[in-house]
Amino acid sequence: MAGTALRGRLTWQVARVGQVISETDRVRTITLDVPDWPGHRAGQHLDVRLTAEDGYRAERSYSIASAPSEPVAITVERLDDGEVSPYLTEELRPGDELELRGPIGGYFVWQPGDGRPLLLVAGGSGIVPLRSILRHREHTGSQIPVRLLYSARTLPDVIYRGELDQGADGVDVIYTLTRQSPPGWSGRTGRVGTAMLTEVAWPVPDAALAFVCGPTSFVETVAGGLVGLGYPPGRVKTERFGASGGT
Amino acid sequence: MDALDGNAIGGLLHQVFGTEMTSARGTCAHCGATGPVAELVVYLRGPGTVVRCRACDGLLMVFAEVRGFTCVDLQGLAALDMA
Repeated sequence: MAGTALRGRLTWQVARVGQVISETDRVRTITLDVPDWPGHRAGQHLDVRLTAEDGYRAERSYSIASAPSEPVAITVERLDDGEVSPYLTEELRPGDELELRGPIGGYFVWQPGDGRPLLLVAGGSGIVPLRSILRHREHTGSQIPVRLLYSARTLPDVIYRGELDQGADGVDVIYTLTRQSPPGWSGRTGRVGTAMLTEVAWPVPDAALAFVCGPTSFVETVAGGLVGLGYPPGRVKTERFGASGGT
Repeated sequence: MDALDGNAIGGLLHQVFGTEMTSARGTCAHCGATGPVAELVVYLRGPGTVVRCRACDGLLMVFAEVRGFTCVDLQGLAALDMA
């Protein structure tokens, strides 16, 4: 068929590191110059592959942190017993090369044409793909109302805090701190549960679309809680990641 | 180890099937439950990658890499429909 692109093979390619930005003590955002990047959608991820001198390889998936209109960036949290994240967060320097493939995924993806209000729920570094969605919303001039509920251990563990605190029209950012809150903290504390979701989530008749990303147990709790409130399962999109530094 | 979900094997699935598969719908051959591949239960750290049904825990798919070839077992799926 003329004009129809061949199905895209997913191939490994070499990217060059642009900037390495410190987000928190344990978290870095890495911007990447990818020569053959076909463009991405908000919420997608990519795979990174490291190869040791002896040929040993380790692969990990990382959510894309940037909007489709921006250069590719990933945000990586250092896991102390990790094989890949300590290298990415501590050793990687601008100009270094990194092997990756992507973009990946078509389910946990938001498009501005979807007119429903958004409920974004993040546990720890689960904020990363949701930040891509927020930036995409802003860059496309979307007026869709958003509520973001972001669970973090402490305030200094909040990723993109400067950006989130600046606020954007129509975006309501709600933090909950699970381990420690600063003196005078008037925000929420404790883990996300049904009571908090009842207060924060859009009422069921608003027909909101929910994106929930975080560690597996966090996602199970939140997704189960939203369905319990009456959200149809098909309107609760979930993405789970492995062992991590906390919600 | 925590189970992940089908998003975590988006790259592997794309490599095997040649296209985006996380939004495809899988139907469990054991209980008949159907849903997006992204919502299936995925275990990454066995000797292979194991995918189970979120409703009945039945075994749906297994992927194992052997000497550079990816071996794929889909016997637990009654159907796999593109979105």
